[in-house]
Amino acid sequence: MIPAAFDYARPTTVDEAVRALAEGGEEAKVLAGGQSLLPMLKLRLAFPELLVDVGRVPELRVIREDGEMLAIGAMVSHHDVIHDPLIRRHAGLLSAATATVADPAVRHRGTIGGSLSHGDPAGDLPSVILALDAELVARGPQGRRTIAARDFFVDYLQTALRPDELLVEVRVPKMADWGFRYEKFNRVAQAWAVVGVAAAVRRDDGHIAEARIGLTNMGTTPLRASACEAALAGADASTEAVAQAADSAAESTRPASDLSASSEYREHLARVLTRRAVLAATDLDVR
Amino acid sequence: MAHISVTVDGTVYDDDVEPRLLLVHYLRDRLGLTGTPIGCDTGNCGACTVDLDGESVKSCSVLAVQADGCAVTTVQGLTGDGEWHPLQKAFHEQHALQCGYCTPGMIMAARDLLRENPDPTPEEVRHALEGNLCRCTGYQNIVRAVLAAAAEMRRRTIHEPGAVRQPAGAAGTAAGTAGGRGPRR
Repeated sequence: MIPAAFDYARPTTVDEAVRALAEGGEEAKVLAGGQSLLPMLKLRLAFPELLVDVGRVPELRVIREDGEMLAIGAMVSHHDVIHDPLIRRHAGLLSAATATVADPAVRHRGTIGGSLSHGDPAGDLPSVILALDAELVARGPQGRRTIAARDFFVDYLQTALRPDELLVEVRVPKMADWGFRYEKFNRVAQAWAVVGVAAAVRRDDGHIAEARIGLTNMGTTPLRASACEAALAGADASTEAVAQAADSAAESTRPASDLSASSEYREHLARVLTRRAVLAATDLDVR
Repeated sequence: MAHISVTVDGTVYDDDVEPRLLLVHYLRDRLGLTGTPIGCDTGNCGACTVDLDGESVKSCSVLAVQADGCAVTTVQGLTGDGEWHPLQKAFHEQHALQCGYCTPGMIMAARDLLRENPDPTPEEVRHALEGNLCRCTGYQNIVRAVLAAAAEMRRRTIHEPGAVRQPAGAAGTAAGTAGGRGPRR
């Protein structure tokens, strides 16, 4: 399969990339790692006239601490997210979930920014970013703006990024003292999640002080399991309390029915995976 | 057209290519390196796996222009001085291929694993090959071959003239606890 013809620009700075995007207008597309975009181009599901390849912009590959936040460049590869000591220490949930993305060769090319900009609710990283209350930094002709993760995912494959904006950085709060777990249910290795659950839990002795739960593939965007989070806040750190709270994990979700699963089965999976993820994140036995 | 300069299996090529040309098509159709097959053409099967600047990639999901200035190693570049690479030898000896279509990708993916982890468990081999499909379903012997090649490569490392002598398995443990390779580029 061969993509339709396009022009190609390879800027070396963010400023150049933003200029190239502005010149390309609505018909320009950013090429990050290309692991979602290139298959789409080959299937002729997209016909951009210009690809702006940001693969050689060094400033987009920086990982740095910024006070209470960790700033991760948009072009940091999945492989590096999995192995980077700073990310592992402060955002272990992100590293753990990224290790379940596709396969090693795809993880060498695929990037955190590309995955989030693609905005696929079946992708593993959008629900994680949502659960972490991360911020996404975009650069456009008007300058820099910060978008909260809860405002970033607008609809299926649609984000709050404007056509002339480039995602440059993902900022996640440092959560070294939180427990975490990403539970992913898929049929075969490297497949997309039928459902995934990202859980981060802060314990306060015998209680759960706060829980944040992101749901993968339970609607047209990644979702938070808000009812379950509310039920867990202040709850006993016990298997019974977690199981009871997890029963509300699928509330307010609207999962699709497709070849992999019916919507009812997805709701069931959300409850089961939430229970497992929260138990593991709370350091309780998963039964 | 875009101009690219790519080193493939040690030879530098300068070419003008259409930006939409895929790396796998460049290797096969322009350079005649048909050792790298096209399998599913969708990024799933891993048959087209090559090494791009030290990491395994699926060459059907990379543009030739993205490889500009980079070094590509294909399965055809593994043979030095007419001698097979330990992985090639092990795939032969362990009967790790039936139709052979997935073999180049399996070998390139396994090579990537053994660079990070010279002493993998069978489970780790299976995880590392999760992006490579064998439709003959000959996975048992593929895993055996990778383990045999790993043992042979560790033996060579230890017995190479000038190599630092270390207990078998020590290299694997060190790579495992270091958490793999750090950021590159």
